[in-house]
Amino acid sequence: MTQPLLLDLRFKADPAWLGTVRERVRATAMGLVHDARWVADVVLAVNEACVNVIQHAYQGNATGEIVLRMKQAGVFLEIALLDFAPPVAIEEIQPRALEDIRPGGLGTHFIRTLMDRCEYANLAGGTGNLLRMQKRLCAPPTSTLAGNTGN
Amino acid sequence: MQHETTQQDGFVVVSLSGEVDLSAAPEVRRLILEQVTAGAATLVKLAGVTYIDSSGIACLVEGHQAAKRKGSRFGLLQISEPVLSVLALARLDKVFALYNAVPGPAGG
Repeated sequence: MTQPLLLDLRFKADPAWLGTVRERVRATAMGLVHDARWVADVVLAVNEACVNVIQHAYQGNATGEIVLRMKQAGVFLEIALLDFAPPVAIEEIQPRALEDIRPGGLGTHFIRTLMDRCEYANLAGGTGNLLRMQKRLCAPPTSTLAGNTGN
Repeated sequence: MQHETTQQDGFVVVSLSGEVDLSAAPEVRRLILEQVTAGAATLVKLAGVTYIDSSGIACLVEGHQAAKRKGSRFGLLQISEPVLSVLALARLDKVFALYNAVPGPAGG
């Protein structure tokens, strides 16, 4: 049986939206697992995924749209992030080496570290990209993001 | 994001508070680089930062690198727990000079 969506949000690829998106993701995640660290991990991962779409998929074009969906899938929280930008080269989505200290390039590392699974796909039809991420519910803490609550 | 720039013991202290994300990053970058490129010993005070993402971290790294090129002092002051957590996740917590209080007079 398909699980109902816990969050279905459509917004512009505009950095000004990020605070609202984080607030909605935080509230939704908190409804599943009442653990500040787990919730902070989810919020940061989604934020970074949105930042990547804004900067790399839409290349700063704030009129583009992003769709964010969250649902429970068995023992996982599943998050889907869709955009309608030209297809990105999935093989080029790689975290930078952390010892290479320079501005930028950390978002993908954050996503892969904080989430249990993540996979990218180009949407059929030649337009759009999908990032699907999963994080196990009630997993043992994997990071130290407890305080990154915002708002 | 709110900010304030003050001077203390020869340092310029750029105090940030609130959420430092992609929407705030251009302003944060400008605030930091304005001081660093002028050669000021600069501390970025982060006690009031409740959230930071990779865009905010990038501004700090850029300040750190610009100060290194300029030969001036740069550090982070009174880091909040949220910022420290993300710095650690990026393995940058050992890269920056971290201070709980403004250190001895800059340039001394």
